[in-house]
Amino acid sequence: MSTTVVKAGEIEGSYLTDGTTIRSWLLTTDHKRIALLYLGSITFFFFIGGIAAALVRLNLVVPEGLLNSAETYNRLFTMHGVIMVWFFLVPAVPVTLGNFVIPLMLGARDLAFPRLNLASWYLFIAGGALALWALFLGGSDTGWTFYTPLSTSYSQGHVVLMVAGIFLSGFSSIATGLNFMVSIHRLRAPGLTWYRMPVFLWSLYSLSVLMVLATPVLAITLLLVALERIFQIGAFDPAVGGDPLLFQHMFWFYSHPAVYIMILPGFGVISEIVPTFSRKRIFGYKFIVWASVSIAVISFFVWGHHMFVSGMSLYAGVVFSILSYMVAVPSAIKVFNWLGTMHKGFIHFDAPMLYALGFIGLFTIGGVTGLWLAALGADVDLTQTYFVVAHFHYVMVGGMVSAFFGGLHYWWPKITGRMYPEMWARVAAMIMFMGFNLTFFPQFILGYLGMPRRYSSYPPEFQVLNVLSSAGATILASAYLLPLGYLVWSLFRGARAPANPWHATGLEWQTSSPPPTVNFVHTPVVTQGPYEYPPPEPVQQHV
Amino acid sequence: MSESAAPHDFQYADTQHQAQTAIAGMWLFLATEVLFFGGLILAWIYCRHWNQAGFDAGARATELWIGTLNTFILVTSSFAYATGLAFIRVGSTRGLIRCCLVTAALGLTFLGLKFGLEWHDDFANHVFPNISDFKIKGPEQGGARLFFVFYFISTGLHGLHLVGGIGLVTWIILRARRGEFTPQYHTPVHVVGLYWSFVDIVWLTLYPLIYLIGRG
Repeated sequence: MSTTVVKAGEIEGSYLTDGTTIRSWLLTTDHKRIALLYLGSITFFFFIGGIAAALVRLNLVVPEGLLNSAETYNRLFTMHGVIMVWFFLVPAVPVTLGNFVIPLMLGARDLAFPRLNLASWYLFIAGGALALWALFLGGSDTGWTFYTPLSTSYSQGHVVLMVAGIFLSGFSSIATGLNFMVSIHRLRAPGLTWYRMPVFLWSLYSLSVLMVLATPVLAITLLLVALERIFQIGAFDPAVGGDPLLFQHMFWFYSHPAVYIMILPGFGVISEIVPTFSRKRIFGYKFIVWASVSIAVISFFVWGHHMFVSGMSLYAGVVFSILSYMVAVPSAIKVFNWLGTMHKGFIHFDAPMLYALGFIGLFTIGGVTGLWLAALGADVDLTQTYFVVAHFHYVMVGGMVSAFFGGLHYWWPKITGRMYPEMWARVAAMIMFMGFNLTFFPQFILGYLGMPRRYSSYPPEFQVLNVLSSAGATILASAYLLPLGYLVWSLFRGARAPANPWHATGLEWQTSSPPPTVNFVHTPVVTQGPYEYPPPEPVQQHV
Repeated sequence: MSESAAPHDFQYADTQHQAQTAIAGMWLFLATEVLFFGGLILAWIYCRHWNQAGFDAGARATELWIGTLNTFILVTSSFAYATGLAFIRVGSTRGLIRCCLVTAALGLTFLGLKFGLEWHDDFANHVFPNISDFKIKGPEQGGARLFFVFYFISTGLHGLHLVGGIGLVTWIILRARRGEFTPQYHTPVHVVGLYWSFVDIVWLTLYPLIYLIGRG
């Protein structure tokens, strides 16, 4: 590429104004624009998945099921799971905040493979389109796990189409993870050694390892399922000597690492927010980064804890149980280190910090209840109940979605060049926290009392707790609509953001808000660790 | 694009930086491919373990000579491509193009033998796994059907990868004809070579699984 003349400034000359045609967006290779394309897409899918969740909760207001159709109910929770897992949670932070921030944190001008980055968005859109098409045709009733032989033989839904959509979005994940890993290895600015990298980069590196090495196993597994459904013969078919349990092993070999694909970027976001709003260096930096790496490694060896009751030898169960306990250790290290960072810090309760505090509390509850489920004896009782649903949502919604909103608010001034309205953001964060707990805490009790998951009706004695949960869901839904309103408002009316509104360390705050297309007109040189206060003055990117 | 002999994109410091990054990216992509085919081969070996007699009967119904000939063809194609890489390192664009043509021709021959001849014979021999008049009867039938499930999926996937490889080699030929590669800059040649050799190695794994194990 020959030298581009860059005009950098507050708004004029930023990446946002460098080409204003639709074509300049749809064919862009700028990581910042691709991040925004992704942000629009995953927001869309978040609300599709959310509508399905709302209908599920609506159905469960009365014991016999308001929709009065088990088949419809099955399709709704399948749609909720598929859309939320593969089209929101897995991509959410990496492809939006990660895509935007990684090159900035590296002091680089783009990711290593910008065209691959754009291709990954098109793969994602193609996969999403297939999944939506399956949805409009009536969806599928298999649950997001596609267990055989239901998915291969008995399901009445559009399994092949939905699986094809997930298959394509998986390759989008692989492309993203590959791009991140290579970029972090190869594009660090001069002086940016591994131990000078922000924790966010370490987290995204760890999750990229999982994306790159676990997703292809899902791809081949789903391909085998689709072909078995089409030809009515295959590796998971016991009639010819195949084994449905083999499917479960292969599926969870991906899908357990996948929950760390979903939560590791959340850890990364929180590790940026907590030091910034405590105005303090992060506590135990090396412990936090190696905790991320060990989570990535151990998570490959714990998939069996999803199968304790589906036919597994006692010895295998014991090994998987112990390994699952082990993965809790690095997660706990992180929680303690965030608390250590806040200890004696000068804490500011801005909206990102409120989300981070919510994350720490809710993730801890989600994590500790995970230990109950990792215990062989307890799991036999609790698996297949609402306890699992509550545990999963405490980690994924209470944890991950909080982290996503925290990170979105934290980097919003950098991304858009505008400040969001602080008061509204704090209100939304508080409502989200309360709505979340009202929705999901009753589900712990329901599960403990024995209400099974995935049924469209339930015994009348569970109604009070279910109504509480559904009431919480309406509060939660309104809390999700708030940011959609005020963030869009801020695009037009928000105050202009300075380069470093939070007095944060980190290279991304050293360039203008929003950054110029090349990110840094002069490649920065890094001379110190990632969280040294006070941060240096931002460098004006005018040429 | 700059018109200098060794262009590089603006996120890289220089051509060498870009070249090493591209090569690292391809190696990582191949790692994902190992896991992709690895999942398939894991399922294959697992099912073989439980259905040994059926899988043996299936292996005996394959056409050993085509598989063996194809193995030689594919290994030779990798040799031809590697020779092309050696040519461009000393600046011979013509040598590169000739070697790439040989590589692509061998790849097409493989596809012709595999899908034109062998799959055709397989259908004629009634070994497609879900047909009612399946060739192998008796207690081995289930396992043999399963064997051919893996046979068709794995050779189909490998064939798709090979089609992609032939496309990439053609792309290298077109770029080489425009004189884009020099001893200093031939990263795409190197990267495509890694991919081609990987597709070759997949076949070297599939060959014994399909034709040899359980045949004797």
